[in-house]
Amino acid sequence: MIRDWPTQLAQATLVLGLAPLLSGVTRKIKARFLRRRGPSVLQPYRDLLKLIRKETVVAENASWLYRLAPYLIFATTWVAAALVPTFATGLAFGAAADLIVIVALLGTARFLLALAGLDVGTSFGGIGSSREMMFATLAEPAMLMVMFTLSLFAGSTELSSISAYMVAVGAVLSISLALALVALIIVAIGENARIPVDNPATHLELTMVHEAMILEYSGRHLAVIEAAAFVKLLLYLSMIACVFVPWGTASAGAGAVFYAVGLVAYLVKLGVLAFLLVLFETAIAKMRVFRVPDFLGVALMLGLLGTILLFVSRVSR
Amino acid sequence: MTGLDADIAHLLAGAMVLVSFLLLYQDRMFALLNTFAVHACVLAFSVGWQAYLQRAPHLFITALIALLFKGVIIPVALHRIVVRLGIHRTIEAVVGIGPTMLVGMALVGLSIVVMLPVTQAEAAFAREDLAFALSVVLLGFLMMVTRGNAVSQVIGFMSLENGLVLAATGARGMPLVVEISVGFSVLIAFFVVGIFLFRIRERFDTVDLQALDMSRGESA
Repeated sequence: MIRDWPTQLAQATLVLGLAPLLSGVTRKIKARFLRRRGPSVLQPYRDLLKLIRKETVVAENASWLYRLAPYLIFATTWVAAALVPTFATGLAFGAAADLIVIVALLGTARFLLALAGLDVGTSFGGIGSSREMMFATLAEPAMLMVMFTLSLFAGSTELSSISAYMVAVGAVLSISLALALVALIIVAIGENARIPVDNPATHLELTMVHEAMILEYSGRHLAVIEAAAFVKLLLYLSMIACVFVPWGTASAGAGAVFYAVGLVAYLVKLGVLAFLLVLFETAIAKMRVFRVPDFLGVALMLGLLGTILLFVSRVSR
Repeated sequence: MTGLDADIAHLLAGAMVLVSFLLLYQDRMFALLNTFAVHACVLAFSVGWQAYLQRAPHLFITALIALLFKGVIIPVALHRIVVRLGIHRTIEAVVGIGPTMLVGMALVGLSIVVMLPVTQAEAAFAREDLAFALSVVLLGFLMMVTRGNAVSQVIGFMSLENGLVLAATGARGMPLVVEISVGFSVLIAFFVVGIFLFRIRERFDTVDLQALDMSRGESA
């Protein structure tokens, strides 16, 4: 497979530039659903700029880890996002970094975030970290099961190859893929602290998970963490788009026209997914924290079931 | 049979297994009944698709029976029974949901491991259909074992029977007479169980079957 560096760099820049816009768009659609006007779709960019300009206040007993963690979280998340094909497959890093690496990078980011939450020693941070870890024990295996299903199906753990395989086989109806899709959506909702699991827009003490961990952060640290959260949402939506609706994505070295088509297709896919996400969020109520493991457990179960059923499907092929 | 046809059949049969898991997972009475209706509807679609694939018109009748009796009449009737018994509250599962799910997974694995080698001579499609059907049957048994409430045990029994119908359509050549008689026997069983439900409640003031153990002096 052709590996080209310009595409890789372009995609890495694209995910970074697009991520705040995606969050802005989801917030805007959400506001519209709730019959509010909502802030401009560019608001997240302004928020980030504002936070960067502000003074950074650090707690007295914060260690070096607390200062370093935001940058590491951002770096790992960004690298993970850059590994997901957006408008073209055949990423330069693809050979070295497959789905397992993406999961590991996200796991590292989560680990750092939980440590940072514990570092200052406030009770909120501790609660947030412990809850995050409780969810992670189910979300990560679920993600791995989805990955196994996909790689068994496509014969590769690399996203570019999986995407290319999906295009090659055309419309395929497989129960395993359907289960993997649902499981991946549940994991994505859980990981991005969207509504049934956590509410990204609230600071209610009893329920918050993600917000609780970053409560002590301010200024540029907070800006970097927020940016990482935006990138993470984009990452999951891109992953769903590239595996389950791979049509329109340009193949490696296809030429400028195909890249343009791929880019438009990618933006349309993101828009549709964001719309569906908001639709789901608006229709459902927030869960109690202790019901979340059940919710994520369903994802794990679906992933496992998908993998098991794949062996039955093998028989007929 | 083209690839897509087989895929759809596979999808529907797999969906049956999935809905069986949903049945295991539901802990509210009405949600359980609705899920059971979905189970029957998926069965009807699955059987209907088989009828189309095998060019077997009598299977359409089976599908219709499934849709009408198990998809509509029995859930509605159970709905009324539940309202009259006044048990809209949570079902107390004997085993927790998590372990139940894991056992269910193990059962699905078991049925695949058992069915695939045993039926090696059969056509590929019948094999996987039988594996799915056995999973549905075993999950139905599991549901009857893990639930203490009589109504959810009835649901478990009915879902088990859905699995039998799925198996019957996969293995070609099951006569219509047998299917109709199975369908009616289930309906009769449903009536008998319905009457028993009220009798149990009259006698023990509950439909929790653990109360029966107590009256036999088996558990404190």
